[in-house]
Amino acid sequence: MSRPNGQYAAVLHGLWALTNRDLKKWYKEPILFFISILQPALWMGLFGKAMNLGAVLSSNPAIPPDAAKQIMRQTFGTSDYFSFMAVGMLSFVVLFTTMFSGMSIVWDRRLGFLNKVLSTPVARGVIIFSKVLSATLRSTAQSAIVIIIALLLGLQLSPDFNPLNLLGVFAIIFLVCVGLSSLFVLIAIRSTRWETQMAVVNLLNLPLMFGSNAFFPTRMMPDWLQPAVRMNPVTYTTDALRQLLILNTDVTQLMIDFTYLGIFAAIFASVGIVLSWRYLSK
Amino acid sequence: MRIGITMEVIEAAGLTKVFNGSLVAVDHVNFSVTEGEIFGFLGPNGAGKTTTINMLITVLKPTEGTASVYGYDIAKQARQVRSTIGVVPQEYTADEDLTGYENIILCADLYGIPRDVSKKRAADLLQLVELTSFKDKKVQTYSGGMRRRLELACGLINRPKVLFLDEPTLGLDVQTRTATWDYIKMLKKEYGMTLFMTTHYLEEADALCDRIAIIDHGKIVTIGSPEVLKNNLGGDIITLSIQQDSDITGLIETTEHVKDVKKQNGLYMIKAENGELTAPQIIEVLRRNGYSVTRLSLAKPTLNEVYLDYTGKSFRDTEESKESFVKQRITLRRARGR
Repeated sequence: MSRPNGQYAAVLHGLWALTNRDLKKWYKEPILFFISILQPALWMGLFGKAMNLGAVLSSNPAIPPDAAKQIMRQTFGTSDYFSFMAVGMLSFVVLFTTMFSGMSIVWDRRLGFLNKVLSTPVARGVIIFSKVLSATLRSTAQSAIVIIIALLLGLQLSPDFNPLNLLGVFAIIFLVCVGLSSLFVLIAIRSTRWETQMAVVNLLNLPLMFGSNAFFPTRMMPDWLQPAVRMNPVTYTTDALRQLLILNTDVTQLMIDFTYLGIFAAIFASVGIVLSWRYLSK
Repeated sequence: MRIGITMEVIEAAGLTKVFNGSLVAVDHVNFSVTEGEIFGFLGPNGAGKTTTINMLITVLKPTEGTASVYGYDIAKQARQVRSTIGVVPQEYTADEDLTGYENIILCADLYGIPRDVSKKRAADLLQLVELTSFKDKKVQTYSGGMRRRLELACGLINRPKVLFLDEPTLGLDVQTRTATWDYIKMLKKEYGMTLFMTTHYLEEADALCDRIAIIDHGKIVTIGSPEVLKNNLGGDIITLSIQQDSDITGLIETTEHVKDVKKQNGLYMIKAENGELTAPQIIEVLRRNGYSVTRLSLAKPTLNEVYLDYTGKSFRDTEESKESFVKQRITLRRARGR
């Protein structure tokens, strides 16, 4: 009876069907699609342009302009705070998209869709992984748009930027998305109340975002916070993205980033799939 | 496989589900469903109907006992069970943001049906449930009846041998309900499909089911065809009165097929088998003895009496989880087309 080839095809068939169902809710809804792009653009414009930390120094007459640039460069690695921030914004987009991957599974459970899917032969792991995959594809698309908007708003790419770096950028985004959305789906796997899920997600979101180097350099943070920031996957994501886009690439550090995020993604994705076998049906 | 001999499609032995270690939802239930029949689970809310169906469709794991569908064990061979069955859940599970057609194709994909096959089947099923002209409309614009038909189409996409229907007409108006019944009857008649359904509507069980299991507090209290269950109550009730003043109880009792006679306020309440045939006989016997009947009525027992006989007359305050309450509320709201 068992035909491995046919079974693999069926797994992919089911995986894509469920993934595309979630994606359709986004790309077939023009308003939602527009807002999901507008939001990071607004953040970037307001947070990155209005809160211009560079201006704190450059507008101070006591500091010579060259020294101001020097301080900026030493602090942020680039003299342009907007560029620093815009890349942090990419991590922000990823985090915000993935945190909702857990929400949709709560709704699916609530509306009975999950039960219907569970009564079909589709593999349990596929149900979970479709949520992870749809969040990943969505963030990847949104990140691409955010990069374009950032360039339009004045993101300064590093002098040794190579278009091939973009492949690295998307590889990093893919890894962190798989890891983070697995995490959020895991939290949701037994949850029946979206209120609870929302509260948990909000609770996690703030430390993940601000306990990272997305908006501020790690080494200038208080000592007690730094170890936590160094464990945060968002830190590795942002660091890798900065190296690939606006800084001079430090290959060793980049490899460390890739390895850390790879392990992060692998662990959470496997845990998610294993727990789905146990916990999806009661 | 034995051909020509009726086969047990579903068999449950000691099937039990305990939630949170203490709440016994289904309590050592035994039953079997034969090929080609419509088998109904009838009971009040919270009796364990949906829990039973969820175990049979492999969404819930039984705490104790076993069941098999087409010979596949629901716990050990869940995958084979899932490929064999179709499910029409109580809730409207179709995705609101997708069109009817997209929903059916999504269901087909979940069964791993190749696209060229599923396209054709989807077209046929949409025709069957008369949704062809609405197939490209989003489901959020559908009425309750249309949604129910779409669920039916989704449940049939894998050409199941057994179809499970959980409260198929919950929240539907009378016309839509009757139409849904027609679809269900057609599935049995035209495709020889075996159907397992739950309902708390008596007339639904009576109109559709070949056999009914009445379930209450997680236990099956009786199983039988609607006719047998009704006859077990003691037959039809004939009520009559005569012009004369004399007591004719003895005379009626001796008539064939009469089981019991009671006189109440000048009316004779007669319990008899086959009331349509017995009533004229009684009239004839009375006429021959010089009595003239002034009024007569015949009442057939409904499943209502059977049901109340077994489950007691009081309404139940059953504890239901918030989750199932919300699901039901959403289902009812959608049924009314919001």
